[in-house]
Amino acid sequence: MVKAIEAYGIPVVHIATVVPISQTVGANRIVPAIAIPHPLGNPALTHEEEKELRRKIVEKALEALETPVDEQTVFEWK
Amino acid sequence: MSKLRVVHYINQFFANIGGEEKADYKPELRNEIVGPGLAFSQAFGDEAEIVATVICGDSYFNENVEEAKATVLDMIKSQSPDLVICGPAFNAGRYGVACGTVAAAVKKELGLPVVTGMYKENPGADMFKKDVYIVSTKNSAAGMRDAVKKMAPLAIKLAKGEAIGASAEEGYLPNGLRKNFFEKKRGSERAVEMLVKKLSGKEFETEYEMPSFDRVAPGPAIKDMSKAKIALVTSGGIVPKGNPDHIESSSASKYGQYDIEGVTDLTADTYETAHGGYDPVYANEDADRVLPVDVITDLVKEGRIGSLHKYYYATVGNGTAVASAKKYATEIGKKLIDDHVDAVILTST
Repeated sequence: MVKAIEAYGIPVVHIATVVPISQTVGANRIVPAIAIPHPLGNPALTHEEEKELRRKIVEKALEALETPVDEQTVFEWK
Repeated sequence: MSKLRVVHYINQFFANIGGEEKADYKPELRNEIVGPGLAFSQAFGDEAEIVATVICGDSYFNENVEEAKATVLDMIKSQSPDLVICGPAFNAGRYGVACGTVAAAVKKELGLPVVTGMYKENPGADMFKKDVYIVSTKNSAAGMRDAVKKMAPLAIKLAKGEAIGASAEEGYLPNGLRKNFFEKKRGSERAVEMLVKKLSGKEFETEYEMPSFDRVAPGPAIKDMSKAKIALVTSGGIVPKGNPDHIESSSASKYGQYDIEGVTDLTADTYETAHGGYDPVYANEDADRVLPVDVITDLVKEGRIGSLHKYYYATVGNGTAVASAKKYATEIGKKLIDDHVDAVILTST
Protein backbone atom coordinates (compact mmCIF):
# COMPACT_ATOMS: atom_id res chain seq x y z
CA MET A 1 0.00 0.00 0.00
CA VAL A 2 2.87 2.31 0.88
CA LYS A 3 4.41 1.83 -2.55
CA ALA A 4 1.22 2.21 -4.56
CA ILE A 5 0.52 5.57 -2.86
CA GLU A 6 4.12 6.78 -3.01
CA ALA A 7 4.12 5.93 -6.75
CA TYR A 8 2.09 9.15 -7.20
CA GLY A 9 5.13 11.08 -5.97
CA ILE A 10 3.95 12.00 -2.47
CA PRO A 11 6.06 10.94 0.50
CA VAL A 12 4.63 8.19 2.71
CA VAL A 13 5.96 7.31 6.14
CA HIS A 14 5.19 3.79 7.34
CA ILE A 15 4.67 3.38 11.10
CA ALA A 16 5.01 -0.37 11.53
CA THR A 17 5.74 -2.79 14.35
CA VAL A 18 7.58 -5.45 12.35
CA VAL A 19 10.25 -3.34 10.65
CA PRO A 20 11.74 -6.22 8.59
CA ILE A 21 8.35 -6.73 6.92
CA SER A 22 8.13 -3.04 6.10
CA GLN A 23 11.63 -3.19 4.62
CA THR A 24 10.81 -6.29 2.59
CA VAL A 25 7.69 -4.79 1.07
CA GLY A 26 9.66 -1.66 0.19
CA ALA A 27 8.66 1.27 2.39
CA ASN A 28 11.17 4.11 2.08
CA ARG A 29 10.56 5.96 5.34
CA ILE A 30 9.95 3.65 8.29
CA VAL A 31 9.21 4.50 11.92
CA PRO A 32 9.17 1.51 14.31
CA ALA A 33 5.98 1.11 16.35
CA ILE A 34 5.42 -0.36 19.80
CA ALA A 35 3.48 -3.60 19.48
CA ILE A 36 1.26 -5.36 16.97
CA PRO A 37 -2.12 -4.88 18.74
CA HIS A 38 -1.25 -1.30 19.76
CA PRO A 39 1.38 0.17 17.40
CA LEU A 40 0.92 3.72 18.71
CA GLY A 41 0.02 3.09 22.30
CA ASN A 42 0.83 1.17 25.42
CA PRO A 43 -2.10 0.14 27.61
CA ALA A 44 0.27 -0.34 30.56
CA LEU A 45 0.78 3.43 30.81
CA THR A 46 -1.60 6.10 32.06
CA HIS A 47 -3.70 7.83 29.41
CA GLU A 48 -1.47 10.93 29.56
CA GLU A 49 1.81 9.01 29.36
CA GLU A 50 0.44 6.97 26.51
CA LYS A 51 -0.55 10.05 24.53
CA GLU A 52 2.90 11.52 25.14
CA LEU A 53 4.46 8.34 23.76
CA ARG A 54 2.17 8.43 20.72
CA ARG A 55 3.12 12.04 20.13
CA LYS A 56 6.79 11.10 20.17
CA ILE A 57 6.23 8.51 17.42
CA VAL A 58 4.10 10.86 15.30
CA GLU A 59 6.71 13.63 15.66
CA LYS A 60 9.35 11.17 14.47
CA ALA A 61 7.10 10.35 11.51
CA LEU A 62 6.82 14.06 10.65
CA GLU A 63 10.59 14.38 10.90
CA ALA A 64 10.89 11.43 8.50
CA LEU A 65 8.60 13.20 6.02
CA GLU A 66 10.77 16.33 6.30
CA THR A 67 13.99 14.41 5.68
CA PRO A 68 15.13 13.81 2.10
CA VAL A 69 16.01 10.11 1.61
CA ASP A 70 17.35 8.25 -1.39
CA GLU A 71 17.14 4.78 0.09
CA GLN A 72 15.10 2.87 2.67
CA THR A 73 15.60 4.59 6.01
CA VAL A 74 14.49 3.61 9.50
CA PHE A 75 13.85 6.58 11.81
CA GLU A 76 14.42 5.34 15.38
CA TRP A 77 12.85 7.18 18.30
CA LYS A 78 13.46 4.67 21.13
CA MET B 1 18.27 -48.01 11.41
CA SER B 2 17.04 -45.70 14.11
CA LYS B 3 14.54 -43.02 13.25
CA LEU B 4 15.64 -39.45 12.57
CA ARG B 5 14.89 -37.14 15.48
CA VAL B 6 12.71 -34.20 14.48
CA VAL B 7 11.83 -31.01 16.38
CA HIS B 8 8.78 -29.13 15.13
CA TYR B 9 8.24 -25.36 15.55
CA ILE B 10 4.64 -24.06 15.56
CA ASN B 11 2.69 -21.02 16.81
CA GLN B 12 0.10 -20.68 19.57
CA PHE B 13 -2.76 -21.08 17.13
CA PHE B 14 -1.69 -24.41 15.68
CA ALA B 15 -0.84 -25.60 19.20
CA ASN B 16 -4.50 -25.05 20.12
CA ILE B 17 -3.52 -22.60 22.86
CA GLY B 18 -5.55 -19.76 21.44
CA GLY B 19 -5.93 -17.11 18.76
CA GLU B 20 -4.81 -13.52 18.79
CA GLU B 21 -5.53 -13.09 22.51
CA LYS B 22 -2.73 -15.63 23.11
CA ALA B 23 -0.31 -14.30 20.47
CA ASP B 24 1.97 -13.04 23.25
CA TYR B 25 2.60 -16.64 24.40
CA LYS B 26 6.24 -17.19 25.36
CA PRO B 27 8.32 -20.06 23.93
CA GLU B 28 7.48 -23.46 25.36
CA LEU B 29 9.04 -26.88 24.79
CA ARG B 30 6.86 -29.99 24.83
CA ASN B 31 8.14 -33.52 24.39
CA GLU B 32 5.20 -34.58 22.30
CA ILE B 33 3.57 -34.23 18.93
CA VAL B 34 1.27 -31.19 18.76
CA GLY B 35 -1.26 -30.08 16.12
CA PRO B 36 0.06 -30.37 12.55
CA GLY B 37 2.89 -32.54 13.90
CA LEU B 38 0.51 -35.47 13.66
CA ALA B 39 0.24 -35.17 9.88
CA PHE B 40 4.03 -34.90 9.61
CA SER B 41 4.51 -37.86 11.87
CA GLN B 42 2.25 -39.97 9.63
CA ALA B 43 4.04 -38.78 6.51
CA PHE B 44 7.43 -39.63 8.02
CA GLY B 45 6.40 -43.23 8.64
CA ASP B 46 9.37 -45.25 9.88
CA GLU B 47 11.95 -42.75 8.71
CA ALA B 48 11.61 -40.07 11.36
CA GLU B 49 9.78 -39.19 14.55
CA ILE B 50 8.88 -35.89 16.17
CA VAL B 51 10.58 -35.91 19.57
CA ALA B 52 9.57 -32.42 20.61
CA THR B 53 7.49 -29.41 19.63
CA VAL B 54 8.50 -25.81 20.32
CA ILE B 55 5.59 -23.39 20.53
CA CYS B 56 5.76 -19.59 20.48
CA GLY B 57 3.14 -16.88 20.09
CA ASP B 58 3.46 -14.91 16.84
CA SER B 59 3.30 -11.46 18.40
CA TYR B 60 5.74 -12.43 21.14
CA PHE B 61 8.21 -13.69 18.56
CA ASN B 62 7.99 -10.63 16.30
CA GLU B 63 8.09 -8.10 19.12
CA ASN B 64 11.08 -9.79 20.82
CA VAL B 65 12.89 -11.30 17.85
CA GLU B 66 16.39 -11.67 19.31
CA GLU B 67 15.26 -12.99 22.67
CA ALA B 68 12.65 -15.33 21.21
CA LYS B 69 15.05 -16.63 18.58
CA ALA B 70 17.71 -17.42 21.20
CA THR B 71 15.24 -19.19 23.51
CA VAL B 72 13.64 -21.20 20.71
CA LEU B 73 17.07 -22.17 19.39
CA ASP B 74 18.20 -23.38 22.83
CA MET B 75 15.04 -25.45 23.17
CA ILE B 76 15.57 -27.03 19.76
CA LYS B 77 19.24 -27.70 20.49
CA SER B 78 18.43 -29.36 23.81
CA GLN B 79 16.64 -32.16 21.94
CA SER B 80 19.66 -32.95 19.71
CA PRO B 81 17.53 -33.30 16.59
CA ASP B 82 18.65 -34.54 13.17
CA LEU B 83 16.09 -32.36 11.45
CA VAL B 84 13.85 -29.36 12.14
CA ILE B 85 10.45 -28.51 10.65
CA CYS B 86 8.89 -25.03 11.01
CA GLY B 87 5.21 -24.39 10.35
CA PRO B 88 3.88 -24.41 7.70
CA ALA B 89 2.73 -20.78 8.08
CA PHE B 90 0.54 -20.44 4.95
CA ASN B 91 -0.31 -16.72 4.55
CA ALA B 92 0.05 -15.72 8.23
CA GLY B 93 2.60 -12.91 8.08
CA ARG B 94 4.00 -12.92 11.61
CA TYR B 95 4.02 -16.73 11.71
CA GLY B 96 5.88 -16.77 8.39
CA VAL B 97 8.50 -14.33 9.65
CA ALA B 98 8.88 -16.42 12.82
CA CYS B 99 9.22 -19.70 10.87
CA GLY B 100 11.74 -18.11 8.49
CA THR B 101 13.77 -16.59 11.33
CA VAL B 102 13.86 -19.86 13.29
CA ALA B 103 14.66 -21.91 10.17
CA ALA B 104 17.48 -19.60 9.07
CA ALA B 105 18.98 -19.65 12.58
CA VAL B 106 18.71 -23.44 12.83
CA LYS B 107 20.60 -23.76 9.57
CA LYS B 108 23.20 -21.11 10.27
CA GLU B 109 23.79 -21.47 14.00
CA LEU B 110 23.03 -25.15 14.61
CA GLY B 111 24.04 -26.39 11.16
CA LEU B 112 20.99 -28.65 10.97
CA PRO B 113 18.78 -29.48 7.99
CA VAL B 114 15.51 -27.54 8.17
CA VAL B 115 12.40 -27.07 6.06
CA THR B 116 9.57 -24.60 6.43
CA GLY B 117 6.51 -23.86 4.32
CA MET B 118 4.48 -20.78 3.42
CA TYR B 119 2.36 -19.08 0.79
CA LYS B 120 4.42 -17.20 -1.76
CA GLU B 121 2.98 -13.81 -0.75
CA ASN B 122 3.83 -14.30 2.94
CA PRO B 123 6.37 -11.57 3.79
CA GLY B 124 8.50 -14.28 5.41
CA ALA B 125 8.89 -15.93 1.99
CA ASP B 126 10.72 -13.02 0.38
CA MET B 127 12.78 -12.50 3.52
CA PHE B 128 14.09 -16.05 3.82
CA LYS B 129 13.68 -17.95 0.53
CA LYS B 130 17.35 -17.50 -0.27
CA ASP B 131 18.44 -18.80 3.15
CA VAL B 132 16.35 -21.93 3.66
CA TYR B 133 14.05 -24.30 1.79
CA ILE B 134 10.54 -22.85 1.94
CA VAL B 135 7.94 -25.17 0.47
CA SER B 136 5.31 -23.28 -1.48
CA THR B 137 1.92 -23.82 0.19
CA LYS B 138 -1.65 -22.65 -0.32
CA ASN B 139 -2.73 -19.45 1.43
CA SER B 140 -4.74 -21.08 4.22
CA ALA B 141 -4.55 -24.05 6.57
CA ALA B 142 -6.89 -25.89 4.20
CA GLY B 143 -3.68 -26.61 2.30
CA MET B 144 -2.12 -28.55 5.20
CA ARG B 145 -2.28 -31.99 3.57
CA ASP B 146 -0.72 -30.72 0.39
CA ALA B 147 1.98 -28.85 2.33
CA VAL B 148 2.91 -31.88 4.44
CA LYS B 149 3.04 -34.04 1.32
CA LYS B 150 5.79 -31.81 -0.07
CA MET B 151 7.58 -30.78 3.13
CA ALA B 152 8.03 -34.23 4.69
CA PRO B 153 9.87 -35.92 1.79
CA LEU B 154 12.03 -32.84 1.16
CA ALA B 155 12.98 -32.77 4.85
CA ILE B 156 13.89 -36.48 4.87
CA LYS B 157 16.01 -36.03 1.74
CA LEU B 158 17.84 -33.11 3.33
CA ALA B 159 18.44 -34.98 6.57
CA LYS B 160 19.84 -37.98 4.69
CA GLY B 161 22.06 -35.73 2.65
CA GLU B 162 20.46 -36.78 -0.64
CA ALA B 163 20.59 -34.55 -3.71
CA ILE B 164 17.84 -31.92 -3.80
CA GLY B 165 16.19 -31.34 -7.17
CA ALA B 166 15.19 -28.03 -8.72
CA SER B 167 12.47 -25.91 -7.08
CA ALA B 168 9.85 -26.93 -9.65
CA GLU B 169 10.43 -30.64 -8.89
CA GLU B 170 10.63 -30.46 -5.10
CA GLY B 171 7.98 -27.79 -4.60
CA TYR B 172 10.05 -25.19 -2.75
CA LEU B 173 10.11 -21.50 -3.60
CA PRO B 174 12.86 -20.64 -6.10
CA ASN B 175 15.94 -19.64 -4.12
CA GLY B 176 17.93 -18.15 -6.95
CA LEU B 177 20.30 -21.12 -7.28
CA ARG B 178 20.65 -22.60 -10.76
CA LYS B 179 21.18 -26.25 -11.50
CA ASN B 180 22.51 -27.67 -14.75
CA PHE B 181 20.64 -30.68 -16.07
CA PHE B 182 19.62 -32.26 -19.34
CA GLU B 183 16.02 -31.73 -20.42
CA LYS B 184 14.28 -34.56 -22.23
CA LYS B 185 13.09 -32.25 -24.97
CA ARG B 186 15.34 -29.86 -26.81
CA GLY B 187 15.01 -26.09 -26.45
CA SER B 188 13.26 -25.39 -29.75
CA GLU B 189 10.51 -27.88 -28.93
CA ARG B 190 10.02 -26.44 -25.46
CA ALA B 191 9.91 -22.89 -26.81
CA VAL B 192 7.25 -23.77 -29.39
CA GLU B 193 5.17 -25.57 -26.77
CA MET B 194 5.40 -22.55 -24.50
CA LEU B 195 4.42 -20.22 -27.33
CA VAL B 196 1.41 -22.35 -28.27
CA LYS B 197 0.27 -22.35 -24.65
CA LYS B 198 0.69 -18.59 -24.45
CA LEU B 199 -1.21 -17.99 -27.71
CA SER B 200 -4.10 -20.14 -26.56
CA GLY B 201 -4.24 -18.29 -23.28
CA LYS B 202 -3.15 -21.26 -21.17
CA GLU B 203 -0.78 -21.11 -18.23
CA PHE B 204 2.84 -21.74 -19.01
CA GLU B 205 5.98 -21.86 -16.96
CA THR B 206 8.88 -19.69 -17.99
CA GLU B 207 12.35 -21.21 -17.81
CA TYR B 208 13.98 -17.88 -17.22
CA GLU B 209 12.21 -15.77 -14.66
CA MET B 210 12.97 -12.06 -14.84
CA PRO B 211 13.90 -10.56 -11.49
CA SER B 212 11.21 -8.23 -10.20
CA PHE B 213 12.48 -4.86 -9.00
CA ASP B 214 9.37 -3.85 -7.21
CA ARG B 215 10.57 -0.64 -5.67
CA VAL B 216 9.21 2.91 -5.69
CA ALA B 217 11.39 6.01 -5.45
CA PRO B 218 11.00 7.90 -2.15
CA GLY B 219 8.71 10.93 -2.41
CA PRO B 220 10.44 14.29 -1.93
CA ALA B 221 10.74 15.64 1.62
CA ILE B 222 8.14 18.12 2.89
CA LYS B 223 9.74 21.56 3.07
CA ASP B 224 7.21 23.35 5.23
CA MET B 225 5.20 21.01 7.43
CA SER B 226 3.23 23.93 8.89
CA LYS B 227 1.56 24.34 5.49
CA ALA B 228 1.31 20.66 4.58
CA LYS B 229 -1.90 18.65 4.35
CA ILE B 230 -1.38 15.22 5.90
CA ALA B 231 -3.60 12.20 5.33
CA LEU B 232 -3.92 9.10 7.49
CA VAL B 233 -4.16 5.62 6.01
CA THR B 234 -4.10 2.32 7.89
CA SER B 235 -4.03 -1.41 7.23
CA GLY B 236 -5.01 -1.88 10.89
CA GLY B 237 -8.74 -1.98 10.17
CA ILE B 238 -9.89 1.10 12.14
CA VAL B 239 -13.52 1.81 11.20
CA PRO B 240 -16.42 3.79 12.64
CA LYS B 241 -18.22 1.72 15.28
CA GLY B 242 -20.38 -0.94 13.66
CA ASN B 243 -18.11 -1.27 10.61
CA PRO B 244 -20.59 0.38 8.18
CA ASP B 245 -18.86 -0.95 5.04
CA HIS B 246 -18.54 -4.47 6.47
CA ILE B 247 -14.83 -4.69 5.78
CA GLU B 248 -13.90 -8.34 6.28
CA SER B 249 -11.71 -9.36 9.24
CA SER B 250 -9.37 -11.16 6.86
CA SER B 251 -8.78 -11.23 3.09
CA ALA B 252 -10.48 -7.84 2.87
CA SER B 253 -12.33 -7.27 -0.41
CA LYS B 254 -12.53 -3.49 0.04
CA TYR B 255 -11.30 -0.41 1.84
CA GLY B 256 -13.24 2.38 3.52
CA GLN B 257 -13.13 6.16 3.24
CA TYR B 258 -14.22 7.88 6.45
CA ASP B 259 -14.88 11.53 7.20
CA ILE B 260 -13.06 12.69 10.34
CA GLU B 261 -13.59 16.42 9.92
CA GLY B 262 -13.90 17.89 13.40
CA VAL B 263 -12.98 14.61 15.13
CA THR B 264 -10.21 15.14 17.68
CA ASP B 265 -10.22 11.82 19.51
CA LEU B 266 -11.22 8.27 18.61
CA THR B 267 -13.12 6.71 21.50
CA ALA B 268 -14.43 3.27 22.36
CA ASP B 269 -17.96 4.52 21.60
CA THR B 270 -17.16 5.82 18.14
CA TYR B 271 -14.46 3.67 16.53
CA GLU B 272 -13.27 0.07 16.54
CA THR B 273 -11.12 -2.31 14.55
CA ALA B 274 -12.41 -4.75 11.94
CA HIS B 275 -9.04 -6.53 11.82
CA GLY B 276 -9.09 -10.24 12.67
CA GLY B 277 -5.34 -10.72 12.72
CA TYR B 278 -4.48 -9.22 16.07
CA ASP B 279 -6.04 -9.01 19.53
CA PRO B 280 -8.65 -6.24 19.07
CA VAL B 281 -9.01 -5.35 22.77
CA TYR B 282 -6.56 -2.41 22.77
CA ALA B 283 -7.70 -0.88 19.47
CA ASN B 284 -11.36 -1.16 20.48
CA GLU B 285 -10.60 0.55 23.78
CA ASP B 286 -8.84 3.44 22.05
CA ALA B 287 -8.43 3.43 18.27
CA ASP B 288 -5.90 6.28 18.50
CA ARG B 289 -3.48 3.48 19.38
CA VAL B 290 -3.61 2.49 15.71
CA LEU B 291 -4.75 5.69 13.97
CA PRO B 292 -3.28 8.65 15.92
CA VAL B 293 -6.04 11.20 15.23
CA ASP B 294 -5.81 12.75 18.72
CA VAL B 295 -2.12 13.59 18.48
CA ILE B 296 -2.33 14.78 14.87
CA THR B 297 -5.17 17.19 15.61
CA ASP B 298 -3.16 18.55 18.58
CA LEU B 299 -0.21 19.13 16.26
CA VAL B 300 -2.47 20.88 13.74
CA LYS B 301 -3.81 23.13 16.51
CA GLU B 302 -0.26 23.97 17.55
CA GLY B 303 0.68 24.84 13.98
CA ARG B 304 3.25 22.07 13.58
CA ILE B 305 1.17 20.53 10.76
CA GLY B 306 -0.82 22.60 8.24
CA SER B 307 -3.93 20.42 8.27
CA LEU B 308 -5.27 16.89 8.54
CA HIS B 309 -7.09 15.65 5.43
CA LYS B 310 -10.81 15.31 6.16
CA TYR B 311 -10.90 11.66 5.09
CA TYR B 312 -8.90 8.75 6.34
CA TYR B 313 -8.66 5.43 4.53
CA ALA B 314 -8.64 1.99 6.10
CA THR B 315 -8.51 -1.64 5.12
CA VAL B 316 -7.69 -4.86 6.91
CA GLY B 317 -4.21 -6.14 6.16
CA ASN B 318 -4.75 -9.75 7.23
CA GLY B 319 -4.15 -12.42 4.64
CA THR B 320 -5.13 -9.79 2.09
CA ALA B 321 -3.69 -10.53 -1.35
CA VAL B 322 -0.88 -8.24 -2.44
CA ALA B 323 -2.77 -7.54 -5.66
CA SER B 324 -5.82 -6.34 -3.67
CA ALA B 325 -3.76 -4.11 -1.38
CA LYS B 326 -2.09 -2.59 -4.40
CA LYS B 327 -5.42 -1.95 -6.10
CA TYR B 328 -6.91 -0.26 -3.00
CA ALA B 329 -3.83 1.89 -2.50
CA THR B 330 -3.76 2.93 -6.17
CA GLU B 331 -7.35 4.15 -5.83
CA ILE B 332 -6.63 5.80 -2.48
CA GLY B 333 -3.49 7.48 -3.85
CA LYS B 334 -5.45 8.91 -6.79
CA LYS B 335 -8.03 10.42 -4.42
CA LEU B 336 -5.31 11.86 -2.19
CA ILE B 337 -3.61 13.51 -5.16
CA ASP B 338 -6.93 14.92 -6.39
CA ASP B 339 -7.50 16.34 -2.90
CA HIS B 340 -4.02 17.94 -2.87
CA VAL B 341 -2.67 15.91 0.03
CA ASP B 342 1.06 16.56 0.53
CA ALA B 343 2.14 13.56 2.59
CA VAL B 344 0.76 10.36 4.09
CA ILE B 345 1.20 8.61 7.43
CA LEU B 346 0.38 4.92 7.00
CA THR B 347 0.09 2.78 10.10
CA SER B 348 0.27 -1.02 10.24
CA THR B 349 -0.34 -3.42 13.09
